[in-house]
Amino acid sequence: MARLRETPSQTAGPYVHIGMVPTFAGVENTYPEDLGSGPLYSDGVKGEKITIKGRIFDGAGAPIRDACVEIWQADADGLYNSPAERRGLSDRHFKGWGRAAVSGDNGVYVFETIVPGKVPLGDGRVQAPHIAFWIVARGINVGLHTRMYFPQESEANAVDPVLNRIEHPTRRATLIAEREGNVYTFDIRLQGDGETVFLDV
Amino acid sequence: MRNDPGDARPFIPRDLALHPAAFDPGYKTSVLRSPRQALISFQNTPTEITGPMFGHDTIGPLDHDLTRNWAQPGLSAIGERIIVHGRLMDGEGRPVPDALIEIWQTNAGGRYRHVRDTYVAPLDPNFGGCGRTLTREDGSYAFMTVRPGAYPWPNRANDWRPAHIHFSVFGHGFAQRLITQMYFEGDPSIPLCPIVGTVPDAEGIAMMTATLDMDATVPFDARAWRFDIVLRGRRSTPFENRPEGN
Repeated sequence: MARLRETPSQTAGPYVHIGMVPTFAGVENTYPEDLGSGPLYSDGVKGEKITIKGRIFDGAGAPIRDACVEIWQADADGLYNSPAERRGLSDRHFKGWGRAAVSGDNGVYVFETIVPGKVPLGDGRVQAPHIAFWIVARGINVGLHTRMYFPQESEANAVDPVLNRIEHPTRRATLIAEREGNVYTFDIRLQGDGETVFLDV
Repeated sequence: MRNDPGDARPFIPRDLALHPAAFDPGYKTSVLRSPRQALISFQNTPTEITGPMFGHDTIGPLDHDLTRNWAQPGLSAIGERIIVHGRLMDGEGRPVPDALIEIWQTNAGGRYRHVRDTYVAPLDPNFGGCGRTLTREDGSYAFMTVRPGAYPWPNRANDWRPAHIHFSVFGHGFAQRLITQMYFEGDPSIPLCPIVGTVPDAEGIAMMTATLDMDATVPFDARAWRFDIVLRGRRSTPFENRPEGN
C-alpha cells in the first residue's frame, strides 16, 4: 500500500498561547488550568528536584518573547510515562511532560522537574541523562527538537550516542546546561554564533 | 488495524522536503528564527518513540465546542456555525486513537482573543477561541465552532491571512508532535499567503485545506468541513530486536 505523506507543518504563530497556554493569552476559564503547567512531579516523586530556565535567542541575539516550549523526559529510573515504555512502570508521581510559554517581558521559560535517569538503547549503548525540548513560535515553520544534557554527567555525556552523532565537539557544548546548585540554565540560540544543535528526530 | 499506544517501534524518518524550509524570506520572521546549521540525524531512541498521552478526564464536556465553551449560559458565539471533523491517521492509513488535538482561531471577524492582538475588529463576548478533544478508537475527532475571519498581518504591506484554524496534534510518540493550520476550500487568499507558501508543493497545501462535507452537515444548524491529518508512521521492525530498524 502506498504510504500517505505527513500533513505539512505550519508555524504556531504569535497567538499560539490561545490554544496551548490560554491563561497566558488572557483566555481564562475555558479550562481548569493550562495543560502541562506547574511542576512535572507531585509529592512523593523519586529523584532530585531541579529548576530549568533559559531564553531563546534569535539570529540578532534578541530573546524571543512569544515561543512555547515543551519538554519530555524519563523519571529518575530512566523510565518514560508512556504506554510505549516496555521496561517497567514509570514513577506515578512524575508526568514526564511539561509545557511553558516564555515570558512576554524577558523571554525566560521555567520548568520545575527532576534529574532524569539514564535511558539504555537495548543494544548495550546507554544515553546520558537528558531532557527532550520542542520549540514552536512565530517564524518557526517546523517545531525545533533539541536536547538538554547535564554538566555533572561528563562521563555519561562522553559516550552518549546522540551527542556523538555531532561531528564537531564544540557544537556538543551547546546542548549542555549550566548548573548553579539545583538551578540549570539552558539557553537556546536559533541562529548564528553558538547556534544550538537541533535534531532531526 | 489501529495504532496501539503501546507500540514501541521507531518512526519512519520525517521527509523534510514535504515540510516548509526553516528559512523562507517570504515569511519575514523566519529569517532570524531559522537555524543555519544542518539538523543532526540519528535513529529514534526511547525518548522519541514514547510520548505523553492524556486521559479522558483531562477533557471537559464543552472543550470541543467553541460556540459554547466561552459563552454565557444559553448564549453562543456569533458567526457561521461549522463542524470541523476528520480522522487522525499515520502514514500507513491506520487510525491514531486517544491522541490529543488542540485548536485555536480568531472569531468570525478575524480577531484573536489574545492580549497582543490589536486588530480593529471587535472581540465577541461569547467567543474565546480555543478547543481540544481526544481522538476516538477509529481516529476520528470533531469540533463545533464558527468559521474564523481573515485578518491582516504585518509582513508585506498588504498581507492577509486566509481564514484558518491552528491545530496542535499529539500522536503517541514525541517525534510525531505536529503543529499545522487548516484552511478552507475555495478561499481566494490561500494562494496569496506567504505562510501557506512556505509549504513546497500544491499537494501539501491541498492536505491542509479542509473540504466542504455536505454529508456531515447538520441541516438547519451547521455546515461541516472535513480535515484529515496524517502523522508519521512506525517502522515495521520492533525496537527491541533491531534498534536500527528497517
